[in-house]
Amino acid sequence: MEKKGISGAEAVVLSLLAEGVECVFGYPGGAIMPVYDALYDYRDRLQHFLVRHEQGAAHAAQGYARVQRRAGVCMATSGPGATNLITGIADAMIDSTPIVCITGQVGKHLLGTDAFQETDVIGISMPITKWNYQVTRAEEIPEAIAKAFYIAQSGRPGPVLIDITKNAQTEFFDFQYRKCTKIRSYFPKRKVDLSSVERAADLINNAERPFMLIGQGVVLSGAQAEVKEMAEKAGIPVASTLLGLSAMSVHHPQYVGYLGMHGNYGPNVLTNECDVLIAVGMRFDDRVTGRLDGYAKQAKVIHIEIDPAEIDKNVKTEVAVVADAKEALQALLPLLEVKRYPEWMAKFKECDATEREKVILKDFAPTTSLPKMAEVIHMLSQLTQGKAIIATDVGQHQMMATRYYEFDEPYSNITSGGLGTMGFCLPAAIGAKVGRPDRQVVAVVGDGGFQMTLQELGVIMQYNIPVKILVLNNNFLGMVRQWQQLFFDRRYSSVDIQNPDFVKLAESYYIPARRVDNREELGEALEEMLNSQSAYFLEVMVEKEDNVFPMVPAGASVAEIRLE
Amino acid sequence: MQALEENQQRYTVSIFTEDKVGLLSRITAIFTRRKINVDSLTVSETENKGISRFTVVIRTAPDRIGVIVRQIEKQVEVLKAFYYNDEQIVYQELALYKMPTEAFAGSQVVEKIIRDNYARVITIEPEFIVIEKTGHEEETMKLFNELKPYGVLSFVRSGRIAIAKPMKLLKVHLEELENISAF
Repeated sequence: MEKKGISGAEAVVLSLLAEGVECVFGYPGGAIMPVYDALYDYRDRLQHFLVRHEQGAAHAAQGYARVQRRAGVCMATSGPGATNLITGIADAMIDSTPIVCITGQVGKHLLGTDAFQETDVIGISMPITKWNYQVTRAEEIPEAIAKAFYIAQSGRPGPVLIDITKNAQTEFFDFQYRKCTKIRSYFPKRKVDLSSVERAADLINNAERPFMLIGQGVVLSGAQAEVKEMAEKAGIPVASTLLGLSAMSVHHPQYVGYLGMHGNYGPNVLTNECDVLIAVGMRFDDRVTGRLDGYAKQAKVIHIEIDPAEIDKNVKTEVAVVADAKEALQALLPLLEVKRYPEWMAKFKECDATEREKVILKDFAPTTSLPKMAEVIHMLSQLTQGKAIIATDVGQHQMMATRYYEFDEPYSNITSGGLGTMGFCLPAAIGAKVGRPDRQVVAVVGDGGFQMTLQELGVIMQYNIPVKILVLNNNFLGMVRQWQQLFFDRRYSSVDIQNPDFVKLAESYYIPARRVDNREELGEALEEMLNSQSAYFLEVMVEKEDNVFPMVPAGASVAEIRLE
Repeated sequence: MQALEENQQRYTVSIFTEDKVGLLSRITAIFTRRKINVDSLTVSETENKGISRFTVVIRTAPDRIGVIVRQIEKQVEVLKAFYYNDEQIVYQELALYKMPTEAFAGSQVVEKIIRDNYARVITIEPEFIVIEKTGHEEETMKLFNELKPYGVLSFVRSGRIAIAKPMKLLKVHLEELENISAF
């Protein structure tokens, strides 16, 4: 793409278009005004969603990126605009979500002078971006943006930030855009090393109790089919991390559940009984491993991971395959023998039965006057047949949703994993719906987290984005309350939250809204929500002192998981 | 030189990077975040234009150094990073000592100290003389301690620079990376 004598601002827009960007989430302000002026000319080709707070822009870009499998774009002005993006950038960094953030900056001559709305955004965002760069001349814009997209989307994806001084936006130059395909110092992906794949195959073929863990890397590389094939061919039980959820259908016979602090009983306990642990595209987060010196010490670990920095970071590996998950599994598959492990699989079934009896039946039993979170999620799952995109926030409702939503479609789980960002859900659900208007998107959110970014109801209203919002309201900051109950002697410090009338609030944004506080109406209300052509807000009053179990207490080993 | 805590070793980390603004912050942040104090840091352009070399001396546990260096290598603009213990490198530091000229008058003691320590005088001014000494920290400090009674006006010591004993060239490392990479 070429165009002579255009402004830097126009170059920003043309660069985005050259990268195939269709929408931007952002908020205007002084230092980014020239770009917004240029956006006005291109509004038929590049839709801008005006968020109500820049944090919402970053999370919306994340939600969009997760369902679109390419970088989401957000934009903000200098100073507070840029700093408001920071939470979303940090979230994208730790959850490997590709987003490109464009921030305005004061003019070059004002840099370092404490000018109005000047912040050292490059410095602030440095540790939480995969790459960032400050543009001070218009001519740098196309190359910087091309690099930004290449870096955000290649290898292990992540957030990048381009800070553009105001003078660079207003200067004129001859624009020419070339996509970036290589950077001298950057090696995003390695070829699959066949010798390590052979060693991995050898371990797997000789295993007696192999166990495969899948993470976000499977989702990012699109290796769902390969995981399924491997599980079926080699008879390996598969468990998923929080961010790996929906990569394998929960109904698959080889799928044994969900790992981690509030995951399923079997996959956690049996981690310490497998003899070969095959970790694919996951990073052994502490919420998955519990205490490291009590984690899978008996197992030989095979780590298939695109990022070399993850190898041996937390768990020592026997064989590391540093490669894209899909490519690695494709190389591994032909080397695997057809195997079945009936006794080993039966152990997972036994654990499932224990969990069912001790946890799940209790979670589903209508013993309380108000519905429990698990019941609501279970019903939502049945009514959507596990086919909806579920965006969640952080806390009890998140763990309940990820435990009980029976994901049956890939790219359906949008949640804040590593950073645990309250307020993530609503804007991320907006981004997901913009990215996949053809799919049902349900934002499952707690009453606490909802209030952190509820201003984004304004975006839903303004652009008619038919996101379904399901607030599970227990009038508590439930997860903190659970910890206070279990570990702080029931001293409920600042978890009792007084809420506004959410229904009236949603209605004030012209969003149809309903409150349910009983089981009788629940199914019908959920159906009404799901059948709504527009956005819909459903508040379900849930049991106040519900706890999420199983639970691996912080600092305990996975084998010490508590069922009650 | 700072004492080593239990289970710590001293490592010299050599990092080859693109010559870009902000990389210093990115690299030091990797240490800061893990609460690793940087004992010394030297950055300069290499013989290859546009490529900088960082030499960083840190103390950390042997099972952590590999992880840290891989985090450094992960930075987009880092070409390659290596770590060495003291046996794997030849290293030097440079120290400058500013002495009053009168310390040399009437006595040959200072002159002898300089000679014995293989230091040299690089500037003579009416009021002061600047002495230079290259060597390891222990050696430059020894000279400092010997000169101290005669009045050291100013003393400065550089960070460590180091050359690795292994014979493999950076170019070869980069070619290997290129060969195992898929773009």
